[in-house]
Amino acid sequence: MGERAEFDVLVVGGGPAGIAAACCAAEAKLRVAVVDDNPALGGQIWRGEPASPGTSQSATWYQRVARLPVHIIAGTRVFAPVGPRTLMAESEDGVCELAFRKLILATGARERFLPFPGWTLPNVIGAGGLQALARSGVNVRGKKVVVAGTGPLLLAAAAHLRQGGAEICLIAEQASWRRLLAFSVGLARHPSKLKDALALRRELAGVPYLAGCWPVAAQGKEKLDSVILRRGAKTWNVPCDYLACGFHLVPNTELAALLGCRVEQGRVRVDDFQQTTVADVYCAGEPTGIGGLELSLVEGQIAGHAVAGHLDAARGLFAKRKGLRRFAAGMDRGFALRHELRNLPQPDTLVCRCEDVPLGRVREHSSWRAAKLLTRCGMGPCQGRVCAPAVEFLLGWNVESVRPPVFPVRVESLIATAASQSPS
Amino acid sequence: MTPTYDVVIIGGGIVGAACARECAFAGLRVAVVEADFAGGGATASGMGHIVVMDDSKPQFALTRYSQQLWRELAYELPPDVEYMPCGTIWVAADEQEMQEVRRKHDFYGVRRVPTEILDPRSLYEAEPHLRPGLLGALLVPEDLVIYAPCAARFFLRQAQARCCDLHMGRVTGIRDHGVVLQDGSVLRAGTVVNAAGTWAKELTPGLEMRPRKGHLVITDRYPGFVRHQLVELGYLKSAHTLTAESFAFNVQPRLTGQLLIGSSRQFGVEEKSVDNHIIAGMLARACEYLPELSRMSAIRCWTGFRAATPDKLPVIGKCPGHEHLYLATGHEGLGITTSLGTARLLLDQMLNRAPAIPLEPYLPGRVMETAHA
Amino acid sequence: MPDLVQMTINGVAVRIPRGSTVAAAVLLAGSSALRRSVSGELRGPLCGMGVCFECRVAIDGRRHVRSCQLLCREGMEVTIGG
Repeated sequence: MGERAEFDVLVVGGGPAGIAAACCAAEAKLRVAVVDDNPALGGQIWRGEPASPGTSQSATWYQRVARLPVHIIAGTRVFAPVGPRTLMAESEDGVCELAFRKLILATGARERFLPFPGWTLPNVIGAGGLQALARSGVNVRGKKVVVAGTGPLLLAAAAHLRQGGAEICLIAEQASWRRLLAFSVGLARHPSKLKDALALRRELAGVPYLAGCWPVAAQGKEKLDSVILRRGAKTWNVPCDYLACGFHLVPNTELAALLGCRVEQGRVRVDDFQQTTVADVYCAGEPTGIGGLELSLVEGQIAGHAVAGHLDAARGLFAKRKGLRRFAAGMDRGFALRHELRNLPQPDTLVCRCEDVPLGRVREHSSWRAAKLLTRCGMGPCQGRVCAPAVEFLLGWNVESVRPPVFPVRVESLIATAASQSPS
Repeated sequence: MTPTYDVVIIGGGIVGAACARECAFAGLRVAVVEADFAGGGATASGMGHIVVMDDSKPQFALTRYSQQLWRELAYELPPDVEYMPCGTIWVAADEQEMQEVRRKHDFYGVRRVPTEILDPRSLYEAEPHLRPGLLGALLVPEDLVIYAPCAARFFLRQAQARCCDLHMGRVTGIRDHGVVLQDGSVLRAGTVVNAAGTWAKELTPGLEMRPRKGHLVITDRYPGFVRHQLVELGYLKSAHTLTAESFAFNVQPRLTGQLLIGSSRQFGVEEKSVDNHIIAGMLARACEYLPELSRMSAIRCWTGFRAATPDKLPVIGKCPGHEHLYLATGHEGLGITTSLGTARLLLDQMLNRAPAIPLEPYLPGRVMETAHA
Repeated sequence: MPDLVQMTINGVAVRIPRGSTVAAAVLLAGSSALRRSVSGELRGPLCGMGVCFECRVAIDGRRHVRSCQLLCREGMEVTIGG
């Protein structure tokens, strides 16, 4: 580390899509590396899954990648390109240059957070966020958790937390019963998804699942005490230790955009073989459109086969991908955000948590850039990753423009980009 | 047809906004036409420093005059303008630079600008994080730092509170009777002021001006790490050469506790994108003076373009060959500093008032291509 | 017997299960908040995956380090509330 390494295929992101891509490429005898900013592989959904023998889906994939000479570069964050085929990455110890002939972006997604009064209190955490923290060592045993927001992630997070000993008070899903019903009908066409859904239902037996329900305020002094929920005309208070709240997912497209890939409506545009509009740059999984675990695995495999030139193997997965994408479209419709959520934040509710900018000040402007320069919203270290999706939903603005570094890095890491041996 | 306005100002950046304010205070009916949002051009990209510079006597006169106008506003400016009277410390790394320190001290002393020569002990007391081995410095306590986009907005609001209209739109042509906008509409005015910065030349083609690209980096919050704006004396060599590319050490504390790191200059580059090599070179230079910077978190990088004239002085005055067109542009890296002075001098000319400093050095005739009719 | 890592949080010695992240360690040690926002509000982790920056703490004297993706190390000195 701290040097330059060259690979046939570099995979950015070690979640399911990245692991699947790496496996297919490495099985084709290509020299493959996976770089991820977490301490180990797994991305979000498989975070902390033990790589022990077993028959679970994650274990199967972990075993498969472990059998292959794939270079795993963990705890390392890609932050900028330094040439047409080289990315610069930073870890706690230094920087490294990662050179490639083909690049597969499997950068996943992040949760969408919507502001409401009290959302900045400690113990108001994302749904995936609290699940991630629980997988990273946080003890939720005996803690009362309200799970709220939208999307299948709420169920997965609630089930996982319950397994960890948490008491799930209820799950508040903002989508209406009508929409959920329509979505469930779509489930029937996907037997494996139906099976998963029923399994989740069993794991969450006894936990109230309320549709058309959302948080209107989090209350507490130095940390969360309770959540006020609304459903129809009724609002009520639920005391709890944690509010695990997230409103579905937003693709992580920043690196793709920085590399010049076409990004449309927040999704990286790819062809049938998962290639982006930039030659030799592929993208698989959530950044091409939120679609869940199975779709990420399929797209990852297609990309892995494609970079190896195994186009028939890739084509063999097209039908499965098509079906899963149809399911994903249904998911988008089912869990679309209702307009009432736009009214949750008050003028003094913070929208930008890095710079503590309230909605009232942001709203005075007519574009993201003006709001950013005149209120500081989006100028903080998160580079708008938290506030921009919220602002896009609340105010209908288009948030664009990405510059290096795509994450904050140490000054010395930026200096190291000039020492790059690759021609710019 | 009577003009709608006495003055139309093209450009709502810091210079245009300052001019609008000055016009409104003088009782003129003024309109500002802005294509994006007020303060969104070079105003938004720069460091927001308000410094006296003595590269030439006219440059000194204008920067000092304008700085004093800024200081008069200290209590009027709203908090989001982040007015910081932190002063500047010009750092000397060798004997040649110390001679420059003494020369500046004398030059400013004669002209009643307070400065203080710092010996190494005083320098390190003032700025403990500077690398050891520096020979001393010049402290200019009356230099300031502000946040320019909010200042531009403030000036415009002051103008709008009197008799100023802000029109959102892009000017495509200047006529004798006013300006033509992209949507075909016309704003009629007795006088037009071209304060369009790097776009000024599109509307006044004879103007000899080139964009000079700069890069900046801002860090996370490290309050108290640096207390003054810090500049190397080599800055002068950078700002005032005409070579393709140059860096100089320039670190500024922001009120938030963040450190703003510059500076760089490039001619002949029209691409807006961030260049890793420039960023790296600029940061490496900064770390030579502040070694602890290297482990700090850099949050963002960006670029901007300064409008630069061949003699590094702005153009302020009537455009030769035009009865009704004035220019207020070409401020290179001193737009924030000299915005208020520019506005005053512009109005002095428009209203035939006696200017506080001679305005001949800034008249546009000197940088207009003679072939232009 | 769980494998524990010895470290300090604001000078107080704690023992944390190996494999935990620093953010988890702080929560395990009993504090819901890791930092103060720019206007002084107490803040805890939000995203759990390194994008929100609410989990910034000082590690061994270095400020603004995200703690939710960093594994605890023996002897690590964590400072929260900055």
